[in-house]
Amino acid sequence: MYPASFDYTVAESVEHAIELLQRSGEGAKLLSGGQSLVPLMKLRLVQPAHVIDIGRVGGLSDVRVDDAAGVVRIGALATHAQVGASSVAREKLPLMAEAAGVIGDAQVRGWGTLGGALAEADPAGDWGPVMQALEGRVECTGPAGVRVVDAASFFVDAYTTVLADDEVITELQVPVPSTGSAGAYLKMERRAGDFAVASVAVQLELDGAGSCTKAGVALGAAGLTPIKAVAAEEALCGQPVAPEVVDAAAERVTDAANPLADVRGSSDYKRAVCGALFRKAVDIALRRHWGENVKGGHVR
Amino acid sequence: MSGKAKIRITVNGAAHEGEAPPRMLLVDYIRDVVGLKGTRYGCDTSNCGSCTVVMDGKSAKSCTFLAVQADGREVTTIEGLADGSELNPLQAAFQETHALQCGFCTSGMVMSAHALLAHNPAPSAEEIREGIIGNLCRCTGYVPVTEAVQSAARRMKPEGGTP
Repeated sequence: MYPASFDYTVAESVEHAIELLQRSGEGAKLLSGGQSLVPLMKLRLVQPAHVIDIGRVGGLSDVRVDDAAGVVRIGALATHAQVGASSVAREKLPLMAEAAGVIGDAQVRGWGTLGGALAEADPAGDWGPVMQALEGRVECTGPAGVRVVDAASFFVDAYTTVLADDEVITELQVPVPSTGSAGAYLKMERRAGDFAVASVAVQLELDGAGSCTKAGVALGAAGLTPIKAVAAEEALCGQPVAPEVVDAAAERVTDAANPLADVRGSSDYKRAVCGALFRKAVDIALRRHWGENVKGGHVR
Repeated sequence: MSGKAKIRITVNGAAHEGEAPPRMLLVDYIRDVVGLKGTRYGCDTSNCGSCTVVMDGKSAKSCTFLAVQADGREVTTIEGLADGSELNPLQAAFQETHALQCGFCTSGMVMSAHALLAHNPAPSAEEIREGIIGNLCRCTGYVPVTEAVQSAARRMKPEGGTP
């Protein structure tokens, strides 16, 4: 299968890419690793008149800590594999490192980029829920300069974000969770390498007495966009995470989920999966908080 | 820029200059322009991995790349592994452990394993299974493939290394 014909230009820099985008209007698409865009183009679900290759722009793939801002800055062209292997991510944002390891397969992880995955906004994408649970932000650069959008308001609809036609995602900014914080990302697949039936990202901050001071909960493949389960976060906060607290929060998770029925299951089934994954993710996060080494990631 | 783009790709160590329309896929470029038919065209939807090559040290599904994306890069295909008529240790291990029946997935499988061993010279069975998730085999199954990769890893282990 061949994509429909298009013009192809290699962008030399972010500024160059923006200039090309301005010239091409909405008929243009940015290409980075191409692991989402090329399959979509081959299926002719996307038929851009102009493909602008930003995959060779330098300086956009670092993963580094910015202590002054209290965030980890991840260049938009960092690949999933780079984030998974990054000592910064593993130490400061283990939730992201965990999610990086369960995306697609080795071939996709080695070339697909975080910026590309966010821009594609596949409802079953992994980075949306992870970014929302961590209260991450997306830096978008356009002709007028830079704006930073909360991950919670970045996604508009399936395959649609707030990114304007002439904007480029340049960086992800993810607040470093406090010491003693722990999380888990769980993704249920029917078989290896498949899209998620549903996925849940949980990040909990606990004080010395085990009381939850802050909670991040977000769902993937549970609606047209990633869903930040704010009511569940509120239900977890302000007390130790006792079984009845988890029960109450899990109910709010299933209320928040709004999955579409498809070959991966009915809407009710997927909603139940969200609740079950949430309970398991909270359990893993708590055990990790107390120092236990527990495996997260895939649930098959 | 419409029409054709000039690209220069190093394939199995040899520079190859050619032209490709921007929408040409890397798998077609390798098979039809460079003329190396060992890279298989399988599902054509980025699922099966039989078109896997190694590009700049990383495994890549060549049906999911535009040939123009490979401009300036180094590509290794299955033809680049053997030294003349002497099989590379991975190829030899696939042969010895009967890790193929119909063989259609094999070139992609071997290239994925090749990239895996370059990053992780002594993978566990689980790491091998995870490492070849992107490569589907519909006849032999994954047990002999896992054995082959482990056997090759032992064989390729540097002298004096610990098992």
